[in-house]
Amino acid sequence: MDRHSALLWMENVSKSFPGVQALDNVCLHIDSGEVLGLIGQNGAGKSTLMKILSGVYTIDSGEIYYNGQPLRIHNPHHAQELGISIIYQELNLMPNLSVMENIFIGREPGPPIFVNRRELERQARAILDRMQMHLRPSALVRSLSVAEQQMVEIAKAISRDVRVLIMDEPTSALSEAEVETLFEMIDELKRSGVAVIFISHRLEEVLRICDRVTVLRDGKNAGDVLVKDATREDLIRMMVGRSLDQFFHRDEHWGDRAVHHSDDIVLEVRNLSRRGNAINPDAVVLDNVSFTLRRGEILGLAGLVGAGRTELVRAIFGADRRSGGHIFVEDKEVDIRSPVDAIRLGIGLVPEDRKAQGLILSLAVRVNMTLTHLGALTRFHFVRLDQERRLVEEYIRRFDIRTPSMEQRVVNLSGGNQQKVVIAKWLMLNPKILIMDEPTRGIDVGAKSEIYELMHQLAMSGISIIMISSEFPELLAMCDRIICLAEGRVTAELSREEADLETLMHYCTLREQVVSLNQSEGVVSL
Amino acid sequence: MTSQAAAKVAPPARKIDWSAYISQLGALSVLIVICVIFAVIEPAFVSPRNLFNVLRQVSIYGLLAVGMTFVILTRGIDLSVGSLLALSGLVAAAVYKGGTGLLSAGTAGQAEGYGLWAAIGAAVGIGLLGGFLQGLAITQLKVPPFIVTLGGLTAFRGAALLFSGGQPISTFTDEYKFWGQGMIGSVPVPVVIFLSFAALAFIVLRYTRYGRHVYAIGGNPEAARLSGLNVNAITLSVYVITGFFAGLSGFLLSSRLNSAEQVAGVGYELTVIAGVVIGGTSLFGGEGGIFGTVIGILLIGVLSNGLTLMNVSPYWQQIVVGLIIVFAVYLDQLVKRRQ
Repeated sequence: MDRHSALLWMENVSKSFPGVQALDNVCLHIDSGEVLGLIGQNGAGKSTLMKILSGVYTIDSGEIYYNGQPLRIHNPHHAQELGISIIYQELNLMPNLSVMENIFIGREPGPPIFVNRRELERQARAILDRMQMHLRPSALVRSLSVAEQQMVEIAKAISRDVRVLIMDEPTSALSEAEVETLFEMIDELKRSGVAVIFISHRLEEVLRICDRVTVLRDGKNAGDVLVKDATREDLIRMMVGRSLDQFFHRDEHWGDRAVHHSDDIVLEVRNLSRRGNAINPDAVVLDNVSFTLRRGEILGLAGLVGAGRTELVRAIFGADRRSGGHIFVEDKEVDIRSPVDAIRLGIGLVPEDRKAQGLILSLAVRVNMTLTHLGALTRFHFVRLDQERRLVEEYIRRFDIRTPSMEQRVVNLSGGNQQKVVIAKWLMLNPKILIMDEPTRGIDVGAKSEIYELMHQLAMSGISIIMISSEFPELLAMCDRIICLAEGRVTAELSREEADLETLMHYCTLREQVVSLNQSEGVVSL
Repeated sequence: MTSQAAAKVAPPARKIDWSAYISQLGALSVLIVICVIFAVIEPAFVSPRNLFNVLRQVSIYGLLAVGMTFVILTRGIDLSVGSLLALSGLVAAAVYKGGTGLLSAGTAGQAEGYGLWAAIGAAVGIGLLGGFLQGLAITQLKVPPFIVTLGGLTAFRGAALLFSGGQPISTFTDEYKFWGQGMIGSVPVPVVIFLSFAALAFIVLRYTRYGRHVYAIGGNPEAARLSGLNVNAITLSVYVITGFFAGLSGFLLSSRLNSAEQVAGVGYELTVIAGVVIGGTSLFGGEGGIFGTVIGILLIGVLSNGLTLMNVSPYWQQIVVGLIIVFAVYLDQLVKRRQ
């Protein structure tokens, strides 16, 4: 196949954002009637690539050929006119409209102004029948299950004469049976000559439904294999690579901390479960998660998007409800119903989205920093401003927070400095346990290493840290132990010696049936 | 990190972040400009008597606006204040006179009821209760504040009609009238009350832990919750505060007019919200304050007073106030976009 015979051919595509080279000379091609798997770790560049194809981003350099002709995709509307459609993980439907209205939204048949409902229904039914989708055209979308809503998205794409259909993690919210139905539909699309790009973390599914797999790593091509020639292990190896290990000086501080952290168990979580998320009230979000955390230890939580890492720590912190399980703090069972309870027990949370959950952007650095600690700075309800200023000054100096003054609104600070404000806020409380959800996301390299250093010092001083990170090398460098989560379940607990990139990736992509296979036979076979 | 840091960071100066005040200064400068224009065109405008007159006219709006500032700072809204004011005024009058409706219609001046303090207490109590119930609906039933207080707007007005049987309660003794009509020195009593509460609220919002929490919840409720703030309790409390001011204002208005009427305070909520917003408090929460609110309310009062002195028709006055609201907020956003 070459650029003139392939349906879609992308060559040396590059795209950068301020501070990040998201895609670096990436190549990808697909033919009519082919199902291409696109895999890679979080941040490997899959989403950027798909957003380029769907017209959300334009490329910095490189070439795209479509039907053998060079092409620039200007905007999402243009992409759709070309026959390129994308179905996002968060479905993009109008819940208050019917199936048929959603399928033809913006392109209703009949004269302008008035919609010809009969014609609308007839055309919608034709598509639904052809795809053997058992949906009533007049049913309201909000009454449908996630799987059925996905069908509507597919029908919508078909009604636009789709040639390339991109599906981003389409199976993440589906049950086993629903996945089967989806796969039948993908087969049907394939037969009618549609090219399907299937993005998924579930390697078993990729190996089952795809003809070929393209692997991305750190914004570069890391492999392109025919499924019949590939094993699960091959894919994992391509996803993690080997080059990243030396990036972190992992053993620099390790020795002294190993001696330091004790065997005191500070936190124990037993059989924590949670059912139901925003999309699906029956979804299993957390399934009997158990683990312990020792004093002065940094415990890593590894997992891919949707593994339940954030959900787990939010449930522990009392930010979300849990449907079952027990939590023990220093051997005493505790009932954490809200963040207030967690804070009283000495637990702090540096949340994953600093701007939406960690900070009050419109307020000053000083006010943000003392928000949880205000009680100790208050006499007769009045904040003792001098004491507050002195304390804030001390923390600004200690963490080297770069701000023109403590009265600066926090929105004007850089990402790294904002994160330090959030961390300072919790340290003022002198916590026993600090949960850090993606503590280095979106901050520059210099600030990152400052935060690593800070975390190390905290652990040395006896604070226990739970660290979530999507960057495996970061976990390997920082953590004493790592727990792998996949689909709300603990799939492995690895000591520092046992953990490496491939092992982490293996356990983070493990699904239920594979877990049981592994346990019963001691082998992972595919 | 620490040693390097100490060297790099200059001793932290106690600088004031003026951007926090600019939106409020916007309203202040408009106020000053308008005052100067009026003073030039109509010198009677700047006489001390007239200025106190302006203050007295706005003192009821002002009290309600002080409460409304708390609510708007938390991203909320309270549309019920005018109706709750009417109900509270009637309750105060009835307690003072010992009955409602026809009973009190003709009897002039004689206190036969439960005394002045009971009357004030009852008015404030009704306000607090009304605010508490609405706050409960907002925080527990999770109905948006706009809807809950829209319900309150109708329901409290209905309660006022039901309570009074459609009859005003009029003519009080001097001790009752003193609170709305009297003077302390040369300053009208309602003005003293308004400015005292404005000062108190200013201090609470600026210097107390509670004040911080109000700003934090309005600025980012989720971050506030994850920081261990009791978001529900604080949200509930701001509706109790507006309730308190509605109750107090109900009593003061009945005293000033020498009559408690079921139609008192109709439409006040909009004037009050306009004043708060003109003063630079953001409807999206977390920004603004009492200083701006006082300026905003004064601006509305000055406009209406000045235009009246200039014999401009009250109909025109409404149009001008409407334009000023839009202009003041436009100015505010212009300044913010610059930053």
